[in-house]
Amino acid sequence: MNRHTLFGGAYALAFFAFLFGPLVIMATTAFNSSRFPRVAPWECFTTGWFGELFGNARLMEGLMNSVIIGVGVVALAVPIGLAGALALSELPAKLRSMLYTVLILPILIPGVVLGISTIVLWGQITRGTGAGFLYNGYFLTIVGQITFVSAYAMLVFIARLQRFDATQTEAALDLGATPGQAFRKILLPFMAPAIGSAAFITLLASFENYNTTVFTVLSESTFTTALASKVRHGTDPSLSALAVIIITLTLVGALTNEAYQRRKEAEAGGRASRSPLYANPVTRALTHPGIVFAILVTVIGGITYAGSQYDSSVCEAAVLQEKLDRQEELRAEQRERIEAQEAEQGVTVPKPDSAFGGAFGGVGTPAAPAAPKPESPSAFGGAFGGITAPEVDE
Amino acid sequence: MPDQTPDRSVLLDHVSIRFGNFTAVDNANLKINSGEFFSFLGPSGCGKTTMLRCISGFSEPTEGKVLIGGKDMAGVGPNKRPTALIFQHLALFPLMTVAENIAFPLEVRGVSKKERRKKADELLEMIALPGIGDKKPGELSGGQKQRVAIARALAVEPDILLLDEPLSALDLKLRQHMRTELRAIQKQVGVTFIYITHDQGEALTMSDRVAVMSRGVIEQVGEPDRIYNRPRSAFVASFVGENNALQGVIKGQSGDLAALETPMGTFEARVGGGRKYKAGDAALLFVRPEQLIPGATENAFHATLTRQEFEGAANHVFAKAGDSELRISMVNAGLAGSLPGQGESLSLGFAPMNGTILPVGHMASDS
Ligand SMILES: Nc1ncnc2c1ncn2[C@@H]1O[C@H](COP(=O)(O)OP(=O)(O)O)[C@@H](O)[C@H]1O
Ligand SMILES: [Mg+2]
Repeated sequence: MNRHTLFGGAYALAFFAFLFGPLVIMATTAFNSSRFPRVAPWECFTTGWFGELFGNARLMEGLMNSVIIGVGVVALAVPIGLAGALALSELPAKLRSMLYTVLILPILIPGVVLGISTIVLWGQITRGTGAGFLYNGYFLTIVGQITFVSAYAMLVFIARLQRFDATQTEAALDLGATPGQAFRKILLPFMAPAIGSAAFITLLASFENYNTTVFTVLSESTFTTALASKVRHGTDPSLSALAVIIITLTLVGALTNEAYQRRKEAEAGGRASRSPLYANPVTRALTHPGIVFAILVTVIGGITYAGSQYDSSVCEAAVLQEKLDRQEELRAEQRERIEAQEAEQGVTVPKPDSAFGGAFGGVGTPAAPAAPKPESPSAFGGAFGGITAPEVDE
Repeated sequence: MPDQTPDRSVLLDHVSIRFGNFTAVDNANLKINSGEFFSFLGPSGCGKTTMLRCISGFSEPTEGKVLIGGKDMAGVGPNKRPTALIFQHLALFPLMTVAENIAFPLEVRGVSKKERRKKADELLEMIALPGIGDKKPGELSGGQKQRVAIARALAVEPDILLLDEPLSALDLKLRQHMRTELRAIQKQVGVTFIYITHDQGEALTMSDRVAVMSRGVIEQVGEPDRIYNRPRSAFVASFVGENNALQGVIKGQSGDLAALETPMGTFEARVGGGRKYKAGDAALLFVRPEQLIPGATENAFHATLTRQEFEGAANHVFAKAGDSELRISMVNAGLAGSLPGQGESLSLGFAPMNGTILPVGHMASDS
């Protein structure tokens, strides 16, 4: 091993730490019973944050809304994107580049502008036509998101269409197909993978959109806007639990897709017949994407079930007790100090009886030997201080 | 069998096709007979594909009419014409199996799945590829794809089969084999084949008749031997087969023969295309390499041998006469014969009927 590989290895390690470190930390905090998302000090292993997440009515309602809006956006943006891409491919070159710019523009316009203009425009339209029932968060969010999400879909379709051999359609026509049949039987099957990716991308884009949605959703809320307002009021590990769920879903999707791609590649390249993995019927079945998916789902289902049965209340109660004891101890210490001071100076110092400051401070630095400063200006200061400075003095 | 065979002729009635100011096909006027194997032969870019697309209905002629089976095809789309086109790159559907490809014309006509499969198997039998119905086109070799494309086109039961350089992607051996095969299939199904190629070997060996095209113009239509032996234009003479060309001036004409004065001497030769010349007209004389005979007394002249290329059956000899280089093809007479050596002087000649005098025009080399 020479210095180059050493350096390269270290670099790669640093790179991956940078990339995945935050994810790993965040996922870990989901299982710590501490009220603030952190790894150290470790209090109790708990799965309670998942329950808390699912128990959050506002988030769950937002999730439901996001699904409704997402389905609506996919159902409209994918056909619009496909139609746009097809129209572009039929146009003469000069007109095409102009139309392309126009269709791509919504991606470049800030989402805030799209959101505001959507409510202004549709406010006018619905008031003008008496279609007031359309002026609701669902409809406005769907039309607002479609303005730019369909452009994403179109980009996906354009990329795929560029590889389409137009003589395929001509051949179909020549063999007696009507233009409709040629479209359904030749072009659509060719576009199928792109339709899948476009649906996925548009769903994600709709789901995670904030800038436009926060305006168009009016008094409703989507998952993302609900999440954002929750974060604004202070964070807790139930968001880490959410991160764990999202990461898990991504991994399952990625692994299944990888299994699918590898199998397809091996079969297309003729390597399937040579690879020992595919020769043995057991390993061949095991590497089938469907089986891979089923195994992953089963394992995750098992873990979820086991997790839902896990009870951390005893440990948590013990930790709480320990904290209360510690707090009591600190109070007693402080009282002693104050009494000593009083005795020395003969004056009365106001007692630090802000339970809040104490509680937060106590959670923040429970192992710190020094008492939390009673004059801590706000509960928040204590809370965040606790997160950022959890060092322990030995 | 129906007692009267359908009319499978194609009539191009003064057809011109233009793209803007560019004329891709210029006043094509010819009849392709029912059941004929007809080829369009010409260099790349001469308008062959454009012509074929016009017959199959992908484009309409700018001027003139296309009649198939005696019916005017104006406004009739490609899916409504009794034609099937085999594309230059075949355009097999990669996502369908071979059987699905072949049965596609039946599928879009609403034929049941079972019947489609039956027909596909029949056609696979005909192209001598039984049992490949469940493969994807991507798994086939070039020659197999070729035949599948033919089977798919025939599944339409067309009156006219149009083929756009279908063999150009194949290697030489396979190409020669497919020539025989195509011809056999054509005889078997009795469909009119309109075949496009830039390869004169293909056109001459397979076709009943050939149309030679250049720059959008049909230069000559005729049986392969007539095209070769009786070219009617400088382009045809120079494009089809090898030819020696000499520029000269007409001294006089009597009937079919004329005398042409060239820097190498005055030669007597047949007048191509039954034209009439006046003394003093500029003209070209074409003589094929295999018709220049050493020691012949008619139209004799001297040349100096510059180099030779040995090719087994024939020896290609290059000789200089005046300031033109001539190409002479000599049969390999084996060890019993003898070949002239480098730098040797040769006496050459040719029969007047084997020389063709044609008006000055563009040649294959300047297309
Ligand atoms: N759609 C078109 N627009 C403009 N020019 C065209 C078009 N199609 C063909 N051409 C031109 O017409 C000429 C003949 O083309 P083509 O018929 O494809 O030739 P060939 O098949 O004999 O090689 C070419 O110069 C080509 O550039
Ligand atoms: Mg062509």
